[in-house]
Amino acid sequence: MSLIAKATILDSDAMRRIVRRMAGEILESERDLAELMLIGIRTRGVPLAEQLAAEILAQEGRAPAIGTLDITLYRDDLSLVAPKPVVRESHFPAPIEGRTLVLCDDVLYTGRTVRAALDALLDFGRPKAVRLAVLIDRGWRELPIHADYVGRKVPTSASEVIKVSFEESDGAAEVQILDRKPDA
Amino acid sequence: MSAAAGTPVSGDLSIPFRWRRKDLLGIAELSVQEIGAVLAAAESFAEVALRPVKKVPTLRGKTVVNLFFEPSTRTRVSFEIAAQRLSADVVNFSVASSSQSKGETLRDTTRNIASMFPDFVVVRHAHHGVPAMLARELDCGVINAGDGSHEHPTQALLDAMTIRHRKGRIEGLTVAMVGDIAHSRVARSNIHLLTRLGARVRVAGPRTMLPREMAALGVEVCYRVEDALDGADVIMMLRLQLERQRSVLFPSLGEYAALFGLDAKRLALARPDAIVLHPGPMNRGVEIASEVADGGHSAILEQVGQGVAVRMAVLYLLAGAREERS
Repeated sequence: MSLIAKATILDSDAMRRIVRRMAGEILESERDLAELMLIGIRTRGVPLAEQLAAEILAQEGRAPAIGTLDITLYRDDLSLVAPKPVVRESHFPAPIEGRTLVLCDDVLYTGRTVRAALDALLDFGRPKAVRLAVLIDRGWRELPIHADYVGRKVPTSASEVIKVSFEESDGAAEVQILDRKPDA
Repeated sequence: MSAAAGTPVSGDLSIPFRWRRKDLLGIAELSVQEIGAVLAAAESFAEVALRPVKKVPTLRGKTVVNLFFEPSTRTRVSFEIAAQRLSADVVNFSVASSSQSKGETLRDTTRNIASMFPDFVVVRHAHHGVPAMLARELDCGVINAGDGSHEHPTQALLDAMTIRHRKGRIEGLTVAMVGDIAHSRVARSNIHLLTRLGARVRVAGPRTMLPREMAALGVEVCYRVEDALDGADVIMMLRLQLERQRSVLFPSLGEYAALFGLDAKRLALARPDAIVLHPGPMNRGVEIASEVADGGHSAILEQVGQGVAVRMAVLYLLAGAREERS
């Protein structure tokens, strides 16, 4: 299946403004920065967590801790193992016990990644609370999961793909909608 | 998918790569990239052992049958822990308690096991080729846990992981393997793996245990242990199979220890930062002196720890390939 770019929904300026707003919202509700930890879900959740932390630093003069979570071993289907056999480590700079965690991911879709992430997190300890921050919420949930901090809600069709690129991981910052190539 | 001559030895996983194998029968058929994939996955699984909850749900609902026709404790336990840390269910089927002693043929045993629908069979057998036969007959994934003097692939993979941890690399290292090379599946698997990853391998042992054809595998054959140890980065001592002492391969344990045992004096011939490996169980005072086994150069207990991570990685990768086929 080949995909073509249908539209660019966010450019780098728009992404920066959205991240700035999300950081402000996180600061508004999570008052205790010392106990806050942003957790990026690999792969594209990691740069989002880093950007949110940088924004919080800019606004508050202090940065929250950042962790990374690999959920490969917690997925509910093994069909992704063969094409991507590499499992990467999860890393937390401090125990997650008793902290408020904000899980960060680029796109919220079926909710299955978040379900896996919650299972993975709970094996590392018992956080006080877990919130969810996503840059794009594209709908089509298959599980009762919702995000606490949303960058942009984007209505999509099931055939479409949301592609989020970050400067750090992809060399350019933008969000695109891709779709199947119409049959020629 | 075997490694072509001239394949780069880095095992670079940044190149898009698919794991397609349903069975792990030996190192001989693995490409450098496949070896790299197992070692890379094992690194991540090593971390699971350090967690408060030493278990991930990856293989929930899968069944692993440990089918051991030869006595083994550590390999079986290592596979058992690996499967359990991935949340699989494990059944142990060993020869002492099995029907083989009642005259059942291997094929019938295999068919009986197949009708219980396992997802993996981990097999050890005194004859080489049994895991390959099982892999042909069974739909499930088959892992060779040692077949005759043929191969013991997970042992070689865990040795490689231990060497990489201690030395940071394998390419360019000099590895001395000492003992009963002819009858050792550990030696054979390690020779395939280490030469493929670019190490220089020397083997040493009594002439009766050192087939001349070894040179064809790309290793240097030494008849004096001192020649093999000289300047080595890694020393692999093989277990002397005492059950073979009855055959006439060597005159006495004392003579074997005197001529081929690794003590502090011989260890001093290797590089000052050399590491010592042993697949276990050790015969202290025969192939290895206690001062070496328990000394600062020894990485023997580390090997055991890496064994679990390597076996988790193998189960995980094979499970993925099975999922793709179905």
